Amino acid sequence: MARVVLAGLFGLLPALALAQGNGAGNGAGNSPAGGTRESLTIGITQYPSTFHPNIESMAAKSYILGFARRPMTAYDADWKLTCLACERLPSLENGDAVPETTPEGKAGLRLTYRLREGERWADGTPVSAEDLRFAWEAGRAFETGFGPAEFYRSAYELIVVDPRTVTLRLDKVTYDFASLGDFQPLPARIERPRWEADRRAYRSRTAYDTETTNPALWNGPYRISAVQPGSGVTLERNPHWAGPAPAFARIGIRAVENTAALEAQLLAGQVDMIAGELGLPLEQATALQKRSGERFRFAFTPGLTYEHIDLRLDNPILADRRLRQALLLAADRAQIVARLYDGQQAVAASGIHPRDAMFDPDIPQYPFDPARAAALLEQAGWRMAPDGIRRDASGQKLSLEFMSTAGNRAREQVQQILAGMWKAVGIEARIRNEPPRVFFSETLSKRRFGGLALFAWISSPESVPRSTFHSDEIPREARNFSGQNYTGYSNPEVDRLLEAIPLELDPAKRRPLWSALQRQIAEDLPVLPLWHRSDAHIWPRWLEGVRPTGHLNYSSLWVAEWRAR
Amino acid sequence: MAGALRLAALRLPQIALTLLLLSLAAWFAIGLMPGDPVSLALVSDPRLTAEDAARLRALHGLDQPLLTRYLAWGAGVLRGEFGYSRLFAQPVGAVLWPALRATLALVGAAVALAALLGVALGGLAARRPRAAPLVQAAALLGQAVPSFWLGILLVILFAVTLGWLPAGGLPEPGQSALPFLVLPVATIAFGHMAAYARHAATALRAELARPHITAARARGNGEGRILWRHALPNAAVPLLTLLALDAGALVSGALVTETLFARPGMGKLLYDAVMGNDYNLALLALLLVALVTMLATLAADLAQAWIDPRIGEGR
Repeated sequence: MARVVLAGLFGLLPALALAQGNGAGNGAGNSPAGGTRESLTIGITQYPSTFHPNIESMAAKSYILGFARRPMTAYDADWKLTCLACERLPSLENGDAVPETTPEGKAGLRLTYRLREGERWADGTPVSAEDLRFAWEAGRAFETGFGPAEFYRSAYELIVVDPRTVTLRLDKVTYDFASLGDFQPLPARIERPRWEADRRAYRSRTAYDTETTNPALWNGPYRISAVQPGSGVTLERNPHWAGPAPAFARIGIRAVENTAALEAQLLAGQVDMIAGELGLPLEQATALQKRSGERFRFAFTPGLTYEHIDLRLDNPILADRRLRQALLLAADRAQIVARLYDGQQAVAASGIHPRDAMFDPDIPQYPFDPARAAALLEQAGWRMAPDGIRRDASGQKLSLEFMSTAGNRAREQVQQILAGMWKAVGIEARIRNEPPRVFFSETLSKRRFGGLALFAWISSPESVPRSTFHSDEIPREARNFSGQNYTGYSNPEVDRLLEAIPLELDPAKRRPLWSALQRQIAEDLPVLPLWHRSDAHIWPRWLEGVRPTGHLNYSSLWVAEWRAR
Repeated sequence: MAGALRLAALRLPQIALTLLLLSLAAWFAIGLMPGDPVSLALVSDPRLTAEDAARLRALHGLDQPLLTRYLAWGAGVLRGEFGYSRLFAQPVGAVLWPALRATLALVGAAVALAALLGVALGGLAARRPRAAPLVQAAALLGQAVPSFWLGILLVILFAVTLGWLPAGGLPEPGQSALPFLVLPVATIAFGHMAAYARHAATALRAELARPHITAARARGNGEGRILWRHALPNAAVPLLTLLALDAGALVSGALVTETLFARPGMGKLLYDAVMGNDYNLALLALLLVALVTMLATLAADLAQAWIDPRIGEGR
């Protein structure tokens, strides 16, 4: 509640601040207005709870560590998998990926990765295969407390071939085998003794949180040189970085949770840019763009955050596919995007982004068509009553509970608009929102919502939506409420496709499977697609080379390409 | 002196008992809030499996009953171990002290400024009746203007438009901390100052009408000396109570101001700890706020008894 009140109160700030037009400002931070710029100050809206690369997933941590760490592999701005700390991606063609049979007789893979020449920690020590071995051992020891352990369960053996080369043996074969995800070297020299002393307590004794400024922890273009808990970090160039020299001697990251306060700091010149990955909501950024003239450069880049409405399929009303389709047909999503978001984000046809290589544009679409929606409702036996809300033959009202996260003004606004659009075709949406903590951890994950639930998913390129659509992934107490199939969707054909896609290594053969999956889901509509969110990046005019990715491998990983004009 | 010791001996066990009950109530209140950290992680990370959920719950001790966890925490506290913050992956003390220092600097400066200006304005109102309506109006304004609104106006004027002061945040290494304190301190101080001014004016006005003041005037003392040397010590009793109540704010922080000016402090820390199920951090922060408030109240009572011995007689 307090957060809601604060959000409301501080919502006044941008309106008033922007009434000042461009504002005089302090100048762009400590960057001179010309000549060589030695520093860059970036504003983000979150401060990480840990700096350990493998403990807890958090956007702020990923963004900051993008400057200071080098994962083995990552998806780039073109959504292509690429090597960062390794020399080349293993493939069947180059012989670094070799199919084999596991000791248990399962189909497996043997993958070889070679660390890039000159990879060093910021204290000058070479990054070695032993650092990879330590990361693997710590992850395999499940009491260490690394988050998702799926990779470590699958990677049942790591062989150190030479000081720069390791071979991983996996007990499964999937098309994305070359991606190592979060797996990355950890400095064994620093971390292994702490881990071996007490594995269960390692997560609270890691040097990443107790000696964050130790240069031996960082192998990216920058190292963390100062930390202001809860407020920000300062990064300085890694003197042993072997890649192209980054442009700025220092980068300051300032965490300002309230977006109105963050905007004020931008206008006052305290921060040079706002990172779109953790920046202003789109509607706030578009308003700022209109009022700030030429002072900043704005980029609205499509991202893999997918705003949608989950439908509770055990609700007898929503069990009827015609009704689900009518809901989508009666929602003028293009209008909402145009009016609320200045047309800066794309209406979604499904959870697969149009930029994704596996996107199929020919799946069933549901453009705004209230007449067709009304016809479908009539066909399903829902007749318009005098009060404007439809009833079925038994007199039951066509009324659905519509939930989302309280305090998220953009979502609450969308709810109001959608409820109005549905009312026009005789569907009543009863809005009932809850604080995010309750909504996500209780109502959604324990499937306690009654009808519609509006929220977002974030994924990576060509990410198989198994956890959201496979019938095994319906959260149940017996499985600790894991899984994200909150709709309760169960379709044997979809289950089959979700299992087959990861196993098909040939992209050409995988594409028809993806198309069939998208088509089936678009026909069944267990989820109403709304739009793919765009990230609002705000840069100073003198900054060049930032390439937003739109996914979880953030632009900061390519900081060596950033330049000051 | 004996009275003061008696008062302290009576109050200290009460304080200890209050802290114990408060810790129990807070522990259960946080524990019974819907949604534990593992449930939240399950929603945010599709790769977490049922085994991961069970493993992480065991790792965080969330598979144990609330009372068992409370007793384990209590035993740790008695040994001087406050545990680790789940949110910040650091010892609770390492998280708490920097926030406490930041809040003490912010709220301490604001309360000191508010008390000084408030008493000065109160003195002005008491001494010059024609200035009283102006002081009353200023006090009313201070109490009526919400701190978030004032803060916003100050940011727009001094940071965004004039560019004289930073809009918020903390200084970078090598920068002076003072400019970063000006706007948040002014925001908090304005509201607090109003209370001090009103209380000081009322108390001083009553004191100035008493016979010993007339006697002091008859002895030829100047009005300034009469006000500050003769009237203020007696009028300070209600102000001390006000100051003691503000001591709680010194450690509990100012959530709205801290958020508006992006200053990490106790208010924000306490809010995040409670909302994030960070028992160790939330408990220690809550108990610290309660302890400081109770000790400050005790100190105010002792000071009042020292200023006016009649106050202590009835206890």
